Amino acid sequence: MAKSQSAALDRKKLMADPVMVGTIVVLITFLTLFILYPLAILLVDSFYGGEGFTLATFQRILAMPTFIRSIGNTLKVGFLVGILSTIVGLLFAYVEVYVKLWKIVGGLFKVVSMLPVVSPPFVLSLSMIMLFGKAGIITRQWLKIYDNSVYGFWGIVIVQTLTFFPVCYMMLKGLLKNIDPSLEEAARDMGASRWKVFATVTFPLLLPGLGNAFLVTFIESIADFANPMIIGGSYDTLATTIYLQITGAYDKEGAAAMAVVLLCITLGMFIVQKYYLEAKTAATLTGKASRGRMLIADRSVTVPLTILCSLATIFVIMMYACVPIGALFPTWGYKFTPLTFKWFGQVFTRYHGLQAFRDSFVLSLIAAPITALLSMIISYLVVKRKFKAKGFIEAVSMLAMAVPGTVLGVGYIRGYSGGLFHSANWSIFADAVVENGKVIQEAGALHGLFPNGLLGGVYGSAAILIIVFIVRSLPTGTRSGISALRQIDKSIEESAYDMGADSFKVFMTVTLPLIKDSFLSGLVTAFVRSITAISAIILLVTPSVYLITVQINEFAEKGAYSIACAFATILILITYGSVLLMNLFIKYFGTSRKLKPEKVKKAKTKRINIQVIKEG
Amino acid sequence: MSKEKKGVRLDHISKIYQDPKTGKDFYAVKDTSLTIEPGSFVTLLGPSGCGKTTTLRMIAGYESPDEGEIYLGEEAINALTPNKRDTAMVFQSYALLPHYNVFDNVAYGLKLRKVPKEEIQKRVMKILDLVELTGMEGRMTNQLSGGQQQRVALARALVIEPSVLLFDEPLSNLDAKLRVSMRTEIRRIQQEVGITAIYVTHDQSEAMALSDNIIIMNKGVVAQMGSPQDIYYHPNSEFVADFIGEANFLKGTLEKMDGSHAILNVEGHPTRVPAKAGMTPGAEYTVVLRPESALLKDEGGLPCEVVLSCFMGSYQNYHVKVGNSLVKLTDYNPKNKRIYQVGEKCSLVFDPESVHIL
Repeated sequence: MAKSQSAALDRKKLMADPVMVGTIVVLITFLTLFILYPLAILLVDSFYGGEGFTLATFQRILAMPTFIRSIGNTLKVGFLVGILSTIVGLLFAYVEVYVKLWKIVGGLFKVVSMLPVVSPPFVLSLSMIMLFGKAGIITRQWLKIYDNSVYGFWGIVIVQTLTFFPVCYMMLKGLLKNIDPSLEEAARDMGASRWKVFATVTFPLLLPGLGNAFLVTFIESIADFANPMIIGGSYDTLATTIYLQITGAYDKEGAAAMAVVLLCITLGMFIVQKYYLEAKTAATLTGKASRGRMLIADRSVTVPLTILCSLATIFVIMMYACVPIGALFPTWGYKFTPLTFKWFGQVFTRYHGLQAFRDSFVLSLIAAPITALLSMIISYLVVKRKFKAKGFIEAVSMLAMAVPGTVLGVGYIRGYSGGLFHSANWSIFADAVVENGKVIQEAGALHGLFPNGLLGGVYGSAAILIIVFIVRSLPTGTRSGISALRQIDKSIEESAYDMGADSFKVFMTVTLPLIKDSFLSGLVTAFVRSITAISAIILLVTPSVYLITVQINEFAEKGAYSIACAFATILILITYGSVLLMNLFIKYFGTSRKLKPEKVKKAKTKRINIQVIKEG
Repeated sequence: MSKEKKGVRLDHISKIYQDPKTGKDFYAVKDTSLTIEPGSFVTLLGPSGCGKTTTLRMIAGYESPDEGEIYLGEEAINALTPNKRDTAMVFQSYALLPHYNVFDNVAYGLKLRKVPKEEIQKRVMKILDLVELTGMEGRMTNQLSGGQQQRVALARALVIEPSVLLFDEPLSNLDAKLRVSMRTEIRRIQQEVGITAIYVTHDQSEAMALSDNIIIMNKGVVAQMGSPQDIYYHPNSEFVADFIGEANFLKGTLEKMDGSHAILNVEGHPTRVPAKAGMTPGAEYTVVLRPESALLKDEGGLPCEVVLSCFMGSYQNYHVKVGNSLVKLTDYNPKNKRIYQVGEKCSLVFDPESVHIL
């Protein structure tokens, strides 16, 4: 059987749609240039040593004891953080879904799941140092411990667990809600105790989901840069080692090889998580629960669980609250009164605050709509259309999810600092060589056009920061876009197509209006992620651009915690403000209101779930 | 409508799909040739997986055929995208645009065609009047009942005045009563507009009530095409006979020919049936007997024994055994008739003209 005719016809039909073809070409070019190419160049650089294939770079880095130690450190931290976050996340999710809660506790849970979204990735490290460090409020002022060290292994583990457990909480909450209560009721009915039901029914059903949550946090922890940077002290992880290899040792080949190692680890885990565990989770937990669950009201269960969770919640909130408060003390650790706004003043008067906020804000504001639109287009193509390159587009945009920011940053340095494929070195781009006033070698034919090689001008400009913002937020946007689009009946778009609309018209008049909410939340998520990003950015930022997160990181490393806190507080206000703005906007202009008039009340209390997965 | 009516012709069309489990290719539609006359109402009928929806989607342009060519009127349309084909589809799930009201849904296709505003207004209102939805144009589609939504979908398809109207099981989401009234409605509108319509369904009564011609499909090929009467009374295979209405199959060997009739030996008894061409003595033939075309009598036909006798209101339902074969019968209006009980021996009587030999 030959399917050649239908393939040829499908191709012809596609070609009859120039907007669609153009979009696909642009997308493929973008994904290839800014995701595949930087990663490929890392591989090439680490295996290519002047005159051909070599393992010398790898032999060199593997001989470095610091590098070997950092691999061990990274895996140890990641493993423990993965386990702890999953346990804490499960506890919170179970309590929320199964236990009758006081209203206020439920509200606290929402705050906890929201905080990591709106705050920059490393504020918890700051508050950890400020509360429990050598000069910490709790350790020194209150408990009178003068030599407590939070730096190192435990510091990273605690901070990362607190940062990442809300991710697990949100994931597991969704899964628990999908368990059909009648399964557990059947077990209870046959005489199992509550604990027995959990151990023999709920837990086994949840197991693949737990594995999934564990791996997701594991990857997050490994890829995290900012927390180990601030609180790690001399305890280096892979991400920080790579950073130091570039900024400290100026060893770009070595850093590239290290980045390859880090990428292999995260990619391997990502593949297990994506193709094995996610499929298994979907297989055991299918569809929605048939009806509501009888919540546990038994006081011997509710009271201890509620107290436990509330304490954990209050601890987390205290950690975050420490940031704005810390920015008000005259001298942290020594002088607490009178409260002062002098640090906020200094942010703007002495430390380029205005410029930093302007740059961060403008760059994120440019990146966000592009990201949101790109991810919606990708989701539309992946879910609703069929064409040859679809697999490529889907795979590459998901691949970006597994790439740690540090790796991407090194890839961009290697890939673009000398132009595309180091094209600045090619003879046609080369500058003239002049010796003693005599031209020894003519300038390359294209030197005038591209003095830094192909695309060489991108490196060091603000444009590359915007591109990094886009690439870093694209996978989450695409993922939520795909799940939103899957819920829309395919025949709605087919009918519009049938009425005579071309792909562009269908996308603009049908698809986009139907996923307006998802588009908006994608927009804000991209904005928030961009303005709080650091890991790839810190490697690419040049002195001409000030970014808030880079400033915070700098001050935190110097020990200027108050000024770092002041920066962080304003940043949190901006991000929280934008999320509030989005919720308001959706409430009044969102599709949910127009489409479900009978459910307006519900829509009012509905909050859009922003992707909580952050980069570090 | 002023437009010229167009027919549809399928010329040796095949569509190959891949089985997602085994990864093997199979024919969803195989070497199918059809001619649909301009202005006629044709139903594609068959069990699920027979290729009827695939055929429809190939005509609409969502799927591309692997072999053969599709013609709309005289024009080959294989390479045209759905938006360039002069067809309009009514979907099973209605597929109304949920963010538009009724008027905007119907006007959507006209706006795309850049029809002037006043004319859009006029044409939409005219069509809404035809589907009896006048006064509803400001409603959002989720404020309509299923039947009303289906009318909007129909209006939306009609308003762009396509050459061919395609229906993909449009009534299967409605309840039984509404389905009956909607199908009369669809037939009325199609007759009024005089448009060519191709209708996919697995519901035989829908096919009977609507169609000028029925195309029965099975396993990717056309099993039979003909008028409803033709298909019911003269099925060409056991599959068609069984799929349309209920059918009993009696096997018998040909004893001799008797003019235009044949004498078959059915379970040891000579039975007179209308002959078909090219019958040979001694060969086995199958006779199709509809449940309503035979009666139970005390004597005078094939001897049988009652194994089930059940009162159903408008008819008495019998299962009887003729030799080794089971025959199902429906005896309408059973009041004041002799009712045979289970275990009784009696006789199966039918008019030779009411049976059909395969």
